[in-house]
Amino acid sequence: MSGSTIIFYLLSILTLVSGILSVTTRQIFRAAIFLLFSLIGIAGIYFWMQYEFIAAVQIVVYVGGITVLIIFSIFLTQQAGELLPQQNKKRVLFALLAAFCGFALTLLQIIQHSFNKTSETPILPTMENIGNQMLGVEENGFSLPFEVVSILLLAAMIGCIVIALRSKPTTV
Amino acid sequence: MMEPGLYHVLFISTALFFIGVFGFLTRRNLITMLMSIELVLNSVNINFIAFNKYVWPNKLDGLFFSIFVIAIAAAEAAVAIAIIINLYRSHQSIDVENAEDLKF
Repeated sequence: MSGSTIIFYLLSILTLVSGILSVTTRQIFRAAIFLLFSLIGIAGIYFWMQYEFIAAVQIVVYVGGITVLIIFSIFLTQQAGELLPQQNKKRVLFALLAAFCGFALTLLQIIQHSFNKTSETPILPTMENIGNQMLGVEENGFSLPFEVVSILLLAAMIGCIVIALRSKPTTV
Repeated sequence: MMEPGLYHVLFISTALFFIGVFGFLTRRNLITMLMSIELVLNSVNINFIAFNKYVWPNKLDGLFFSIFVIAIAAAEAAVAIAIIINLYRSHQSIDVENAEDLKF
């Protein structure tokens, strides 16, 4: 067993265990911290697959951005040290059943299907190739979705500011 | 233990997806439901990268799709948290059971 295999299994255990703890713990702050570790494990899996660019994006956007946003919103909306209410046993049972059945069905489909690797020459995910394709306008170029996503981000940013503005008290 | 390949990565992403679905079905707090959605979106990203690496390495489409998914997830999280904070101001609670009236 090579070192790469061991690293893969360690990363997957980190990701799955902290994912499970993140959705089951009753302390909301711990749930955010376990989510952070799960996202770091996913970034590690991207590094293991040698997609360094997407791993860096994952760390910057998710670990550095979204988790901090979630932790701030927890500070703004929760009382310190308060536990989440106990869940309804019946609801937990049915959610577990639904999740397990979906998991088994999806896994069965994946195992029965055989994926054939294409024989064409591979393109390495280097920064040069990514940059050329991201802003390219000819075939295999992604400049139109890039522009659409930038407009969407701008609209979402303005929308957030408008929604979160403290509305003035209505005229008496 | 075998050498990890496409099926191992797909197993992880499937497990993570249904962990997220389980959390979404059981949690009643809006912030923890948002965290479950983040797990689901991340499992989809792992799938895109795995198919890009192991099945179609002659293109970079999976990588670009996951970059766009990450961008849209960031926008979604920001809007959702703005809505949650606004809801907390008007209802003093972010439990979904207390947020069933859309107008107030």
